[in-house]
Amino acid sequence: MSATAGSSTATQVLFDAPGPKGRRRILLLSILSVVLIAALLAGALWQFHANGQLDPNKWVVYLRADYLAFLGHGLWGTLKVTALAAVIAFPFGLLLALARLSRFLLLRSVAVTWIEFFRGIPMLLVVYAFLLALPAFGVTFPRFWMLVIPMILVSSATTAEVFRAGIRAVDIGQHEAADAIGLSRRDSLVYVVLPQAVRLVLPSLILALVTLLKDSTLGYVVSYNELQFQGKTLVSITRYLVQTYLVVSVIYIVINLLLTRIALSLDARMKARAAAS
Amino acid sequence: MDAIRENLPLLAQGIGTTIALTVLGYAFALILGTVLAVARVSPIPPLRGAATVYVEIFRNIPLLSLLILIAFGLPDVGLLLPYFWCGVLGLTLSSAAFVCENVRSGINTVPVGHAEAARSIGLGFFGTLRFVVLPQAFRSMVQPLVNVFIGTVIGSALCSAIAVQEVTWVTQTLNIRYAQAVLMFMIAGAVYLLLSLGGAALGGVIERAVAPGGKDRSSGRAALDVTAGAQA
Repeated sequence: MSATAGSSTATQVLFDAPGPKGRRRILLLSILSVVLIAALLAGALWQFHANGQLDPNKWVVYLRADYLAFLGHGLWGTLKVTALAAVIAFPFGLLLALARLSRFLLLRSVAVTWIEFFRGIPMLLVVYAFLLALPAFGVTFPRFWMLVIPMILVSSATTAEVFRAGIRAVDIGQHEAADAIGLSRRDSLVYVVLPQAVRLVLPSLILALVTLLKDSTLGYVVSYNELQFQGKTLVSITRYLVQTYLVVSVIYIVINLLLTRIALSLDARMKARAAAS
Repeated sequence: MDAIRENLPLLAQGIGTTIALTVLGYAFALILGTVLAVARVSPIPPLRGAATVYVEIFRNIPLLSLLILIAFGLPDVGLLLPYFWCGVLGLTLSSAAFVCENVRSGINTVPVGHAEAARSIGLGFFGTLRFVVLPQAFRSMVQPLVNVFIGTVIGSALCSAIAVQEVTWVTQTLNIRYAQAVLMFMIAGAVYLLLSLGGAALGGVIERAVAPGGKDRSSGRAALDVTAGAQA
């Protein structure tokens, strides 16, 4: 079920196909809301204009090759950090999920503690711990790792819950069938349950990428050259604060929008296949 | 320990600010998010479109970028807000997008027949929503809304980057003065854990209170619902 199909079922739930009177009312409300939204946007633009922020000179600088290259460098840093964190955190999350579902109490409690801890505290605090606390004990990391390690720690906890939900969503009959043909507990997990669980959670993992990409903005705090930090540096050069941060934000939104789209279409395709079989 | 004893008022103030940021941001997000969700399921196309655009923007913008834009960008366009309210505004705008998605997918779990029955006894759009759909949808929304609450708790820490003197800001400042890193981070960590685990526990109580009996059915699936989304 795609996002649009989802909203249309919700729509069907709440109202009938409107008659002539209803259609007139919908048209009236539509016009009214268009006017209202346009007024809001116009107000925002006026506010920008009145404070001189619409001056074309403040915007065309973002077409300069060197500024674009500067932001591009930041984008590259963002993508690098996100990809590396994902490649380490996702398998780690799967291991944590398995530990949480294990028969051994000790393993289970370690996993639960880890997951609840890193889901319940802000990543900023972990970053500060790496930036300020560990150096007090003579442990220092390069800036790159001061960003990546906290991303891995936090993401491993959230993806562990994603994997756990996936494992639990695999039909119990699959376990029973694996038992019935004489597979050991481990083999039924590895050959029967996990392949299905991982496929089930694939869309959620793509959304975890969105979260990681958003977390990477904390490079701003540790002065690692990712997009948000490059924006900060650019502001100190150009003084065009609103423009710079708007451009940076739009880049984040576009990338994450694409990732979300991929996740939703993958989810739709998998649900369609499940419904067909 | 002296670092704590001498700065007890400052610490208490920081913890209070964190709680205020979280509670205000979450409360406003619940209101705004529900309004947006109603707009998204309404028969009025421009409202549906506007709410969709809102969700796509605020779900996908990093919270830190949003907070920086609000705190340092708004003054440039002539809007001055105290930093605390910049923080509340940022948390509200961001969390509302997630609330909206959760309410919408909650509405989708209500069987079509129930709404048809409501309409056949003469309830209109808002009547159907208010008396039949939302009360039922709310049940499947408790856990996702708890996740949004935890997201708001965690997000409130980022307000220290825009100079709101909440608990992360206070402990970090004290750490620089006293070099008591471990102690300070333990305090801050405990505050966040208490808030998020407390919120989760409260959510569990609410969920049991509103459950009609077959609550286990949805718990595994809910975590897999893509539209519910992950928050940061």
